[in-house]
Amino acid sequence: MSTQLPEQVEEESSAAEAEPTSAAQERRLEKKRQRAEEKERQRQAEEAEKALEEEDTYHLKVFRYDPEIAGKKEPRFDDFHVPYHKGMTVLDALMYARDTYDSSLTFRHSCRQAICGSDAMFVNGSQRLCCKTQLSDLEEPVRIEPLPHAEVVKDLVVDMEHFYDQMEAVEPYFQTNELPEGELEEQHQTRENREKVKMSTRCIWCGACMSSCNIAAGDNQYLGPAALNKAYRFTMDEREGEDMKQQRLEILEQEHGVWRCQTQFSCTEVCPKDIPLTEHIQELKREAVKNNLKFW
Amino acid sequence: MHEHDVIVVGAGGAGLRAAIAAQEEGADVAIVSKLHPVRSHTGAAEGGINAALREADSWEDHAYDTMKGSDYLGDAPAIETLAQDSPEEVIQLEHWGMAFSREEDGRVSQRPFGGLSFPRTTYAGAETGHQLLHTMYEQLVKRGIEVYDEWYVLDLAVSDEDEPEDRTCHGVVGYDIQSGNIEGFRARDGVILATGGLGQVFDHTTNAVANTGDGVAMAYRAGVPIEDMEFIQFHPTSLPSTGVLISEGVRGEGGILYNSEGERFMFEYGYASNDGELASRDVVARAELSEVNEGRGIEDEYVHLDMRHLGEERITDRLENILHLAKDFEGVDALEEPMPVKPGQHYAMGGIETDENGETCIGGLYAAGECACASVHGSNRLGGNALPELIVFGARAGHHAAGRDLGEAEITTGKRDEWESGDVETPVAPGEAGISGADAVADGGAAAEGSDLSPDELVARATERTDRRVDALLENDGRNHSEIRSDVQESMTQHVNVFREEEGLKQALRDIRDAREAYQNVGVADQSRTFNTDLLHTIETRNIIDIAEAITLGALARDEFRGAHWRKEYQERDDENWLKHTMLSWNDGSPELWYKPVLLEGEEKRYEPKIRSY
Repeated sequence: MSTQLPEQVEEESSAAEAEPTSAAQERRLEKKRQRAEEKERQRQAEEAEKALEEEDTYHLKVFRYDPEIAGKKEPRFDDFHVPYHKGMTVLDALMYARDTYDSSLTFRHSCRQAICGSDAMFVNGSQRLCCKTQLSDLEEPVRIEPLPHAEVVKDLVVDMEHFYDQMEAVEPYFQTNELPEGELEEQHQTRENREKVKMSTRCIWCGACMSSCNIAAGDNQYLGPAALNKAYRFTMDEREGEDMKQQRLEILEQEHGVWRCQTQFSCTEVCPKDIPLTEHIQELKREAVKNNLKFW
Repeated sequence: MHEHDVIVVGAGGAGLRAAIAAQEEGADVAIVSKLHPVRSHTGAAEGGINAALREADSWEDHAYDTMKGSDYLGDAPAIETLAQDSPEEVIQLEHWGMAFSREEDGRVSQRPFGGLSFPRTTYAGAETGHQLLHTMYEQLVKRGIEVYDEWYVLDLAVSDEDEPEDRTCHGVVGYDIQSGNIEGFRARDGVILATGGLGQVFDHTTNAVANTGDGVAMAYRAGVPIEDMEFIQFHPTSLPSTGVLISEGVRGEGGILYNSEGERFMFEYGYASNDGELASRDVVARAELSEVNEGRGIEDEYVHLDMRHLGEERITDRLENILHLAKDFEGVDALEEPMPVKPGQHYAMGGIETDENGETCIGGLYAAGECACASVHGSNRLGGNALPELIVFGARAGHHAAGRDLGEAEITTGKRDEWESGDVETPVAPGEAGISGADAVADGGAAAEGSDLSPDELVARATERTDRRVDALLENDGRNHSEIRSDVQESMTQHVNVFREEEGLKQALRDIRDAREAYQNVGVADQSRTFNTDLLHTIETRNIIDIAEAITLGALARDEFRGAHWRKEYQERDDENWLKHTMLSWNDGSPELWYKPVLLEGEEKRYEPKIRSY
């Protein structure tokens, strides 16, 4: 697995494009930078001392990169020693490190409860959601990197555009030709059918599966496990009707669709919502075959 | 400069519904949101959506329950609108494919919830908000509605007439988080704020890290009154270590609360002798803390919520998500042992003053969802009433902004001469920390300028001002915001919590004052323009300070006990003096308190305040 950095833009050109700043402002900023560096050196020294004194800390090694800050243009790992308390998650540790030691440490996070899907990262060599990963389940030092196979924007933040594009390529919305007449009348759905699509509706778009998939890494057009699961969610929903199912299977059968999956189960292994992704893809393959036999 | 008919700020349930509605009306609409839509905190809502869908139920009953739950501080026109529009909006979601839980006959399921006279909470497992959010985002994709995601709105472009009621909002200023660019967004027909909750004002909250009340703070500083800010809902069942929410659905399905003595205290100590665990949230939250204060808490901190007797099958069918939350965030196997729970900040009943069409007193400025106050929830929100609020008032604001005639609103907005003015004695002066010029700009506190400017010029001017503010924050070699933020959060959780006392409230105001002064010297260490969350959080912290102050001022002013607002010194609901909304106007930096009467007159009947017992 490799971490992908965007191609470096020539420094000169980016500097030329930037707004001209006054010399005085430039000097102030320069001073601020110097003081910041001095503080950073001090912090590392203090922290290292503290780590020796206190037994109960966790040692994090965190990937750092910033395309425009000297010293961070070349990716590096920073060490943080974070005091541990019972129940502490990787996200808690990152927040502590940011709020206490280095406010420029950058990562996405919001809900802290495994539903917003913002904080999937590569932790000790596998894709995990940081907010639901207990530090106590991990070997030290805990190595935290951005999701592999995605372009790094800064530190632990990756560009999700490609992931979103794939999600949106499968007509990811409910379609039917036969809504009930009355405005206040619902469509009926059997409990069994709802149960069938239930797991597929749990996807939180974290991107862990896509990042773990070797096929997606080699074929940029492959829809990938999350998008195929999204398609499964609608293909299997009896409320959409047979015509729509037919239409969906045609999309999924294309060159970069379901048949690319080689059932390595890596997506299923890393999914923080326990969605049986590989199984869903296999089922779509079977449906596609059945469908072709029917029309043959 | 970007230009659209309607700009929606925020992409949770209310924002998405508003955008879809504006588009249904033919408007060119765009969403600007600091999070990608599917990251919004609507996704964390668990319990369900109240809607009178069935023959044996009626919108009138839903309205009555809501008014009673509000402790007679909701406005009847807003409450009746919610109850009337909710069924149609819920069926709309079903037609968009939302994966509701189902009955044997294939119809959508409904369950009992606290404070409801009929099981009308329509749900999708214990993940109703997730299903709702994704279903609506799917519609957004289908319709090709433009989303500027990871764009943080830093300011509103509002003209500067003396009276807020004469001002107009022409757009917003956005900050592209990924690139650091600051750009103006001109809205031809309207700006809809749908920025959600403000839970980060407290340090124990079920809210997301992103819920910093940005919309409320921006509208407040632009001159819109904010309403009933003191009414904060503390959810009775949050996990102690993280604040993660355990749905009311657990109690709806039959979950039981126990104290350390193994007593079912809701009944045994008479907190709610009829409804027990299913009493309204404020009642249950106070009961739990009373148990802890009287020494019957577990580890002096929490009580137990037990659902083991429901059996594995029923739990897995209806509450499976709860098993995961308890396991992942508290290390408890809820099939084997009870879950520790305690009250946590959950919801803000108050917010930006709007009418039932989502309009504020500033022309072209709307608000919907948790950031708004119509007022549907009054002094206490019933479980299952937040999600219908998002879709009902999101849709109304979107339709109205795009030009649909929804009829004249009955709720009035803005300050009128006949409204009563208020007075509250504070230990320190509230409001702007009292500096001017460049520093005030950095602070985000300076007023708008130039009422004779064209809308485009106004947006450009606001953009330049924001540019200067960001430059100043980046240049300042000051203190990091995180300590200031956590000082405010801790003070709020200590002093402005479930139980409130005069001295504590005053102490909170002193702490907030200190935070304001400290903030004058705030600086952003990260010098990068790329994904600078240090800058973002620093700006949010300013919003947190303004909102914490508004909540505390309201709490100090209201010397009665109503709904979620409990005062040690005043143990009675005082209908003679307090059937009125607490209003705060920013007044260019010096908060002004006034009151607006509650509207208890419904379409066909008046809701007479009764003693609220469960």
